[in-house]
Amino acid sequence: MTATATGPLSSAAHDAYTAGLAPVLTARDVSIEYEVDPPVQAVKDVSLTLHRGEILGLAGESGCGKTTLAYGLDRLLKPPAILRSGEVTFHDASGVDIDVVGLRGDALRAFRWDKVSMVFQGAMNSLNPVISVRKQLGDVLTTHRPQMGRKERDARSAELLELVGVDPARLDSFAHELSGGMRQRVMIAMALALGPQVMIMDEPTTALDVVVQRGILREIMRLRERFDFAVVFITHDLPLLLEISDRIAVMREGEIVEIDTAESIYSRAQHPYTRQLLASFPSLTGDRGSFVRTGAEQEGAS
Amino acid sequence: MSCLEVRNLVKDFKIRSGLRSSTLRAVNDVSFTLEPGRTIALVGESGSGKSTVAKMISQLETPTSGEILLDDAPVGRRGRALTDYRHQVQMVFQDPFASLNPYHTVAHHLERPLQLHGVASGAELEPAVHGLLERVNLTPAETYAAKRPHEMSGGQRQRVAIARALAPGARFLVADEPVSMLDVSIRLGVLNLLARLQREENLGVLYITHDLATARHFSDEILVMYRGDVVERGPSDDVILDPQHDYTKTLLAAAPEPSRHGRLREEVRAELAGA
Repeated sequence: MTATATGPLSSAAHDAYTAGLAPVLTARDVSIEYEVDPPVQAVKDVSLTLHRGEILGLAGESGCGKTTLAYGLDRLLKPPAILRSGEVTFHDASGVDIDVVGLRGDALRAFRWDKVSMVFQGAMNSLNPVISVRKQLGDVLTTHRPQMGRKERDARSAELLELVGVDPARLDSFAHELSGGMRQRVMIAMALALGPQVMIMDEPTTALDVVVQRGILREIMRLRERFDFAVVFITHDLPLLLEISDRIAVMREGEIVEIDTAESIYSRAQHPYTRQLLASFPSLTGDRGSFVRTGAEQEGAS
Repeated sequence: MSCLEVRNLVKDFKIRSGLRSSTLRAVNDVSFTLEPGRTIALVGESGSGKSTVAKMISQLETPTSGEILLDDAPVGRRGRALTDYRHQVQMVFQDPFASLNPYHTVAHHLERPLQLHGVASGAELEPAVHGLLERVNLTPAETYAAKRPHEMSGGQRQRVAIARALAPGARFLVADEPVSMLDVSIRLGVLNLLARLQREENLGVLYITHDLATARHFSDEILVMYRGDVVERGPSDDVILDPQHDYTKTLLAAAPEPSRHGRLREEVRAELAGA
């Protein structure tokens, strides 16, 4: 993906980085619209390639369309959102290409979660409060792996919890009995259940305290090393993305304005908006920036 | 010397589960002095007791023990004395989407405290409202005065909340996570506004946050709270650059640091290779 007049900005380092990589999910010219009055173009002609095993950060502020785009990639859009145009192709490990937009019915159900799974925003509210963890993890397996017996399912569920660092004794717990961090770990276990090739994580750590957040990030990185799935990591927290991602796409008003390696974004961001975002996070240990207490320039009433 | 002081503040909450009840000490022996023109940051994770301290200072909770003193005199808890206290000490809440009434205009939100605290009435109201809006950079003031909360962005709403806190003539502001609900690109603007008010109008600000970076950059002193205790305190740079307590160190290590990109992956790889 090179920088064109209309496409996102990127650098030569970015092209060099992506050159040898195999794609796992490709989106081409995806446009998503909310059919409200007047219609809202939430995602405008976005093209994006996710490579096998990489962590792609999707950064942007509320309302920029990052979650909508992610839902579009996984065909989770609900009316009034509609994918107006564009192609999404999943390149399966078996060598078969799947046209995600064209999937219907059972084929779609078999694709979702099996190939691309998702960790939703606000794990606090994403677990069903009235059924146990065992039942929720079992649910995924019953639906997608009907040949599994109950014993097998239980064993797999316990294994999944262990993978994400939760005591398997917690299988019989309900969501309210778990801490925020544990709930998020259970969500990740659920996303892992079928061994997906892509995991989309929508603000997976935003609601958590920093120390817990760090633990979850570590867990994600560890699991990714072991199972080699690709991650789309969505957040507004650019410093966090810089720390964990291979590449970062910066979104604004439905468009990707810049996409580059984390390194380039950090040291050579090209788009003014990317620079503005970077400047919004004062460095913890660095020099006291010029913005501090001088104010006037950034104090404007936006 | 005028100042807001809290001395040995303690807050216990009763927790009832079924027939048993137990006590949770949310705040344990917290003392500090807030002076005009200075900012103190209270940092900690959820459940550390920082918001409970804020609520006690704004008299939304009654301390189990300990004292709150304004200008060296214990503060009044009811009636006239409480109103007097509220002239001087005001709060800015976390969520500007919930803290403004959707039925009312900005002007109404600012007129009420001006009237209730006897700052302005009748014909003086309008210029007073406009003056407040200008102090928080919402200009042209006439346009903003007529708006309702839903017509404004989060940052603008939070500015209105700050103006409302300033309306009674407050000398001390308690800002409980004032920017955590806002989009990242407008956070610094709101913090810079607070910093300017603090500097130019000699306001004492208690800045409550979980964000260590802004705590360092926008405050003179940092108090780190952990499970109700202040575990470390000192000048901002000392606490952040040379932390003494283990908990402060853990917090600092967990904060994202963009310059460390790729580091976490290497650490994890090394760990897996070693295991």
